[in-house]
Amino acid sequence: MSDCQEKTGWFINMTIEEVKDGLKNYDGPEMNIMEVCGSHTGAIAKNGIPGMLSDRIHLLSGPGCPVCVTPSSYVDKLLDLAKNPHNCIVTFGDLIRVPGSTKDNLSTARGEGARVEMVYSPMDTLDLAGKDPDATFIFAAVGFETTTPVYALLVDEIVRNNIKNIKLLTAIKTMPEVIRYLMESGAPIDGFIAPGHVSVVTGTHIYEPIARDFSIPFGVAGFKGPELLAAIYGIVREYGHGVVKNFYPSVVKEDGNPEARALIDKYFEKYDAAWRGMGQVKGSGKILREEYRYLDAGSLGLDADHKANPACCCDKVLMGKIRPYDCPLFGKVCTPMNPQGACMVSTEGSCFSYLSNHRKDK
Amino acid sequence: MEEKIMMAHGSGGSATGELIDQIFDREFSNSTLDQMEDSAVVAGAGQIAMTTDSFVVTPAEFKGGDIGRLCVCGTVNDLLMRGAVPKYLTCGFILEEGLSIDLLKRVVHSMAETAKEAGVQIVAGDTKVVNGIGELYINTAGVGFVPDGFDIAAGNARVGDSIIVSGNVGDHHAAILSERMNIETDIESDNAPLVDIVKNLLDGGVDVHTLRDVTRGGLATVLKELSGQSKKTFVIGEDKIPVTKKVADFAGLLGLDPLYMGNEGKLVAIVPASDAQKAVDIIRHSKYGENAAMIGEVREDSDGRLIETTELGGERELDILQGEGLPRIC
Repeated sequence: MSDCQEKTGWFINMTIEEVKDGLKNYDGPEMNIMEVCGSHTGAIAKNGIPGMLSDRIHLLSGPGCPVCVTPSSYVDKLLDLAKNPHNCIVTFGDLIRVPGSTKDNLSTARGEGARVEMVYSPMDTLDLAGKDPDATFIFAAVGFETTTPVYALLVDEIVRNNIKNIKLLTAIKTMPEVIRYLMESGAPIDGFIAPGHVSVVTGTHIYEPIARDFSIPFGVAGFKGPELLAAIYGIVREYGHGVVKNFYPSVVKEDGNPEARALIDKYFEKYDAAWRGMGQVKGSGKILREEYRYLDAGSLGLDADHKANPACCCDKVLMGKIRPYDCPLFGKVCTPMNPQGACMVSTEGSCFSYLSNHRKDK
Repeated sequence: MEEKIMMAHGSGGSATGELIDQIFDREFSNSTLDQMEDSAVVAGAGQIAMTTDSFVVTPAEFKGGDIGRLCVCGTVNDLLMRGAVPKYLTCGFILEEGLSIDLLKRVVHSMAETAKEAGVQIVAGDTKVVNGIGELYINTAGVGFVPDGFDIAAGNARVGDSIIVSGNVGDHHAAILSERMNIETDIESDNAPLVDIVKNLLDGGVDVHTLRDVTRGGLATVLKELSGQSKKTFVIGEDKIPVTKKVADFAGLLGLDPLYMGNEGKLVAIVPASDAQKAVDIIRHSKYGENAAMIGEVREDSDGRLIETTELGGERELDILQGEGLPRIC
């Protein structure tokens, strides 16, 4: 087994040093490669990968940070629900400081007396609701295919135990549809680093139609440095070819996790979700099925998207049209402590990642 | 029934007196404190170091420590970072109504034990009781004596110096987070007084330029601040930074970076390259320093940059901790 196989579990018969050489000395056509997963954005910066590539290979961050792509009307709705003293908003930490259509966010709402609980697992909502039966607990279910199975588990518990005081406000998105939308809208992308965790659920086959239709390569990647380098090299080698390569085979299977998908399908159905800066994208989200809609706190129709600061360029950043540092607010008006747009709030956000790592690569 | 703190304990009357006699003075007793004067009069020195810090950690007790041990270590370590020998502490308690008196006793006992370990006397104190949900907050202030001729300061790093960290990073942060999140781990807080490490370094004749304890914001924040104060570029190696596998796995699970996770018993020392190996050896043979490592160097003049060479062979530029270090959601 070669050095690289040992370190990455991938299957191109090269050592990691050969891969590094290949990427540094690449002199083929210029390539824009988009990573669509926020954790990949973080891992690329953490490993110092941008400086290890030829200046003909450009990395773009895509719409893969869940709170970043959530439209402002969703946050506005949460803030509205938070005003009711009988309600308690339950959320992951990332969402707390995301602004809606004004500068207000869940943190400022909490300062004004609203009840907002931060949890690390949606299932913690069950405990909270059990201890306080007079309050209604609204879980802010934001995420991609990765977190949706857990939301389905939460719904499963609520339904099976007939729990009356938990509802969900959902903004659940799916990856393949938005990737297709980016390509159809003419984004200058020559290859995708496909998300690792999402693919665990979906499998690799879901990318195949897009790869074929647009003749672009996909590389499913893990989150360690060598795994990412291997995937980038694999994508570069397949320039112009509509193929899907799995560089994370130890974890991701071609068919994904059918059980998780079955649980999701039991409670959720497809709908045209709205994305920050992109509007509605056909079939790109999940919403509670009609028969379980009584558990929904009002997620349908939250399509409007108003920028808290009109100069914010989150939308262009999310679509790979500009780099975070090209936004006039970046690092000046817009900082992690005073974010003007969602991409600067979350540690998964591309603006946050570029700023905190001083990334200047083109 | 469990005894609890009541508003009367803060009245200044008999209940306050009882609290002081039965809990605080019983544990902290020394000839200065026992005088129960309005202020403590103690022997002095030519140059003194002073510092203060407030402690609000929840939960008050966690794996490997508690707020009592923490409030002594934090202030003692701040004094040590200027080369001072810590001598005296004061403590101010803010107790919320409903606080368990048993918990208070354990915290105070822990403070007394840690003060003894660190060689400091608690010579003055105060207690207030406020409405609340039964938590407690402690402020400590400390005085230390700085021996003549010592100049250990944040801006003293010189080009060519070596950067040393006294042990594994991220343990305290991981221990506290695991308690708050009900995640089962056996990661313990590293809260500890660094008296032995600093004493041995200085007694051993190491020409220490800078010392800084690695607390909130973690190693990267501390190094970035020091690079700015000394106007130099610091370069550290990812593969040289000591992190236990447990902490690395825990951080990975939550999307946190150990470089930005706080400690309460680790320091960074910047020393001339010629003294570096000796300094590492001394720290490793000192209490709480067994995992010390040389992690990088001071490379050149700049406006203060921190570069990490990654294990993969790349470079990334690090900044101070941005935001609150919230765990990721996906």
